[in-house]
Amino acid sequence: MASAFEYAPAPESRAIVDIAPSYGLFIDGEFTEAADGKVFKTVSPSTEEVLSEIAQAGEADVDRAVKAARKAFEEWSALPGSERAKYLFRIARIIQERSRELAVLETLDNGKPIKETRDADLPLVAAHFFYYAGWADKLDHAGFGANPRPLGVAGQVIPWNFPLLMLAWKIAPALATGNTVVLKPAETTPLSALFFADICRQAGLPKGVVNIVTGDGRTGAALVAHPDVNKVAFTGSTAVGKEIARTVAGSRKKLTLELGGKGANIVFDDAPIDQAVEGIVNGIFFNQGQVCCAGSRLLVQESIQDELLDALKRRLSTLRLGDPLDKNTDIGAINSEEQLTRITSLVEQGEAEGAERWSPACELPESGYWFAPTLFTNVTQAHRIARDEIFGPVLSVLTFRTPDEAVAKANNTPYGLSAGIWTEKGSRILAVANKLRAGVVWSNTFNKFDPTSPFGGYKESGFGREGGRHGLEAYLDV
Amino acid sequence: MPTNALTAAHALTDVTASDSMLRRFLHGLPGVDAVGLEGRAASLGTRSIKTTAKAYAIDLAISMVDLTTLEGADTPGKVRALGAKAVHPDPTDRTTPATAAVCVYPDMVATAKEAVAGSTVKVASVATAFPAGRAPLAVKLADVREAVAAGADEIDMVIDRGAFLAGHYRKVYDEIVAVKEACGTSARLKVIFETGELSTYDNIRRASWLGMLAGADFIKTSTGKVAVNATPANTLLMLEAVRDFRTQTGIQVGVKPAGGIRTTKDAIKFLVLVNETAGEDWLDNHWFRFGASSLLNDLLMQRQKLATGRYSGPDYVTVD
Repeated sequence: MASAFEYAPAPESRAIVDIAPSYGLFIDGEFTEAADGKVFKTVSPSTEEVLSEIAQAGEADVDRAVKAARKAFEEWSALPGSERAKYLFRIARIIQERSRELAVLETLDNGKPIKETRDADLPLVAAHFFYYAGWADKLDHAGFGANPRPLGVAGQVIPWNFPLLMLAWKIAPALATGNTVVLKPAETTPLSALFFADICRQAGLPKGVVNIVTGDGRTGAALVAHPDVNKVAFTGSTAVGKEIARTVAGSRKKLTLELGGKGANIVFDDAPIDQAVEGIVNGIFFNQGQVCCAGSRLLVQESIQDELLDALKRRLSTLRLGDPLDKNTDIGAINSEEQLTRITSLVEQGEAEGAERWSPACELPESGYWFAPTLFTNVTQAHRIARDEIFGPVLSVLTFRTPDEAVAKANNTPYGLSAGIWTEKGSRILAVANKLRAGVVWSNTFNKFDPTSPFGGYKESGFGREGGRHGLEAYLDV
Repeated sequence: MPTNALTAAHALTDVTASDSMLRRFLHGLPGVDAVGLEGRAASLGTRSIKTTAKAYAIDLAISMVDLTTLEGADTPGKVRALGAKAVHPDPTDRTTPATAAVCVYPDMVATAKEAVAGSTVKVASVATAFPAGRAPLAVKLADVREAVAAGADEIDMVIDRGAFLAGHYRKVYDEIVAVKEACGTSARLKVIFETGELSTYDNIRRASWLGMLAGADFIKTSTGKVAVNATPANTLLMLEAVRDFRTQTGIQVGVKPAGGIRTTKDAIKFLVLVNETAGEDWLDNHWFRFGASSLLNDLLMQRQKLATGRYSGPDYVTVD
């Protein structure tokens, strides 16, 4: 942004984080190397700097982790809920105490702006542990009958877009309900999970209750397929989710899947325009659009299309892209080269199909993986960019004329994770929300999360709910 | 900018023909979602302003201050001291910019004018039965004419909040038009809404448009005499209003938050709001002001700290 008032760089110091040159697997309370000694590297997406070497867990390692979790399950599940709560509260407090360190770490490993890890991710991570700590001794009153039983060993596979937050969503309810855990973080963002392992030790959590196995898809596949895992929880792409569903089918494992999305953000002509613009920006450019519930399809009422698009473009011109550790950065780096390639190819298809591409004037750093915020107009339902999840900072703009048309278009997707409604008319909010097939419908806001609120999808966005009282069900034998 | 800016402005004057037409227009403006507005203001408040940007911001903020004394106990001596400070805010460092204006009651305008003679500092006066605005229009207009005759460069008028809240938009509009006329060509008009008394954000947006339609050169949050004065949210909202008004009519209107802004940190947050909402066209003291009296000393102390690396303390700046 060319302005008389140029903000000087305000980088957060990375001195607060001490990243070791290599990390092992966290099994039975100890860090240990992979049985076959294989390792892979994790890089910082904004600079391509190698941050550390991480152990690649094989089948034998996964088996060891599951065994440790099985052994720990006996004691952990037998503890009174109030005792488990103490550990969870302790973990929550340590996360708060170490939040600056974890925020910097997450930004380094993931590429998202420090503003988001500091102000969104970390407070939510702590809040999830606090919230489920509160449930641990009240499970009899959660609506699942008296004395609901835990399932056993939970195998959990999480994505790279919110590494620590997804860990919290998975581990907090699992532990609160008396399960033990083997968790596999994403290959590109393993570090915060390994730091979490250290937090478990700091909290004095009994050995084996939480185990972290790092690695790529093969590690995840081994964990999901392990015969002694009782519950599988997965957040990630729909393609992998389908594979997992096939693997688990016919076994007695309980499964929850939280998969992709193509959320519709519906703006009616009586919407609070300035706030709608903020909500659209937050809906698609938060975490560089690498959010499964992103509002990646903007459905705008034709009568205000021009006005809204002008306002949106003006607003996009003020977004600041660059060093994610800079406290003034709004848009950070794309998580991996692979993801950048996928975004680029989908955007090229959008252009080839005749949609009109627009980005604000924006300089991209020379190293690292970057993609400028992008807007597509003249998009129709038939375009691939209106159907496929791009998982990047790319917004497709469609129009509608009547509320019925808005609902029909919003629902016309294989996904069903999130949607947004912008209107000043309360009755319309309720009427439209009732007709939308999406797990979360936000009105006059977007991308707001809270541990007390259940989250999950319809159709190809998966099944099962995380968060809230509903989130307990996935870890209880009910 | 629309090429037919004048036509657009003319079209907008049609909506002021009657109470009901004004109501239809003002109530047809996009609504304001309070949670979203406050969220946006808070998120802009987290911008980190350091080093060169901070030095620039402090000088800019000093140059935007309307140094104000509005006490029943004001004396010519007090006003002269204020004027001297406005011209040279920091006597130990002559590179410090002058403030934008001194703001006084109408009977002090002549004294203030003398005190700032030969400098860039303007004299602003709160006329129109400030701060309540509860006087007959004739009295308000006389108040304005006296101030202008005494040499005021700027008039800060309060609107009739009672009429506004009762829906008598046309009455409010007419008063502003009349005051603007009384200002003549020599004085710029700042219209004060007393946002704390308007109570809702929708009302603040409507008042902003009403003021601009009636010819305000500046829209101003408050008098500084009530509990809730300038906030980041209501200022952000008014910045959106002037931005949209210029887009539609080609006419640029200034914004002045007043009351309750005491620290450099707060002032910089407001500058960020200006920068990222209305844009750099508003980043000078012709288009943006701070109505604040205690703010200036904090700005001066922070300026000294940037220059010397050490924080001096309140005895290193003047008390008035």
